[in-house]
Amino acid sequence: MNSGPRLVEVRKNVLKQNDVVARALRERFHEAGVLVASLVSSPGSGKTAFLEKTLISLRPRYRVAALVGDLATENDAARLARSQAPVKQIITGTVCHLEAAMVQSALAGWNLNDLEFLFIENVGNLVCPSSYDLGEDLRFVLISVTEGEDKPLKYPTIFNGADVAVITKSDLGAAVEFDEAAARCNIQAVRPGMEIFKLSAKTGEGMDKFLEFLEERRLLSRPAPAASIG
Amino acid sequence: MHELSIALSIVEMAQDEAQRFGQAQVQAVHLRLGLLSGVAKEALLSSYEMACHSTPLEGSRLLIEEIPIEVFCPQCAVPRKISTDLWFCCPQCGSPTPTILHGKELEVVALEIQE
Repeated sequence: MNSGPRLVEVRKNVLKQNDVVARALRERFHEAGVLVASLVSSPGSGKTAFLEKTLISLRPRYRVAALVGDLATENDAARLARSQAPVKQIITGTVCHLEAAMVQSALAGWNLNDLEFLFIENVGNLVCPSSYDLGEDLRFVLISVTEGEDKPLKYPTIFNGADVAVITKSDLGAAVEFDEAAARCNIQAVRPGMEIFKLSAKTGEGMDKFLEFLEERRLLSRPAPAASIG
Repeated sequence: MHELSIALSIVEMAQDEAQRFGQAQVQAVHLRLGLLSGVAKEALLSSYEMACHSTPLEGSRLLIEEIPIEVFCPQCAVPRKISTDLWFCCPQCGSPTPTILHGKELEVVALEIQE
């Protein structure tokens, strides 16, 4: 006798595999005492210039490294390598975002204990990266003054999923009549309480405050490990 | 457009689960999809068809239950659903609502199988 279809319960997160890898990465990062920050934004909002400036500024005092994701070319890795920090390019092919497993394999051969800061530059995309946890401590979402103040309202998911907003290319603000108050208001609308930095990687304006924040966050999340050895 | 890779994961997960029931044929996959999951329903539905192609799930349906965004209003001290324009404030009192209770779901909840 042929009975009808039967409903069976599953209850499984579709991105479970990614989340499991991300969780393992987060544990590794924590054990190694490295603060990991990722960067998301639309293409051309200044992720690489901002990251290059950050690496150069931190490098005299800290051991820093970066992973950078793009669909094709190693151009960004070459640019970031000018900072003298270890940099690895992740070429995603046709994939529009980074996944935790890509970060995991890119880290093969790196000793995380040798690092204090690791930056992960995601593929330039304000949609797809939002679904994928990479195991990072902090996710920065960048918005350049040339993009329009309503970017956060158009892409609320990525802004809501990030920890900190960074307004880049502040040196061009006057030229494009950037309405900073409106941008801040829109960011707060989609992510209440979000911390916001405004800076220019070109002139260095606002970089100090941002670097101070990074150093503080590293101290906060990475207490001296000596006491916990047991 | 990451919906295709999401759809491939759903198909893979459904196939694995169906194996628990021997030669069961999956007729439908029930999915809970939060409005804040970063996955677009229409794109996922068309990707699903592609992902099923030449697999045992070919011809199966993806049934999506959309989950509204629910936040916690610190002022009213109750959960509130927010509208789809994604302004994170209480629809009653207007307070900012940083705490999200629901809306990020991307979960296979059940399969319809024919044994």
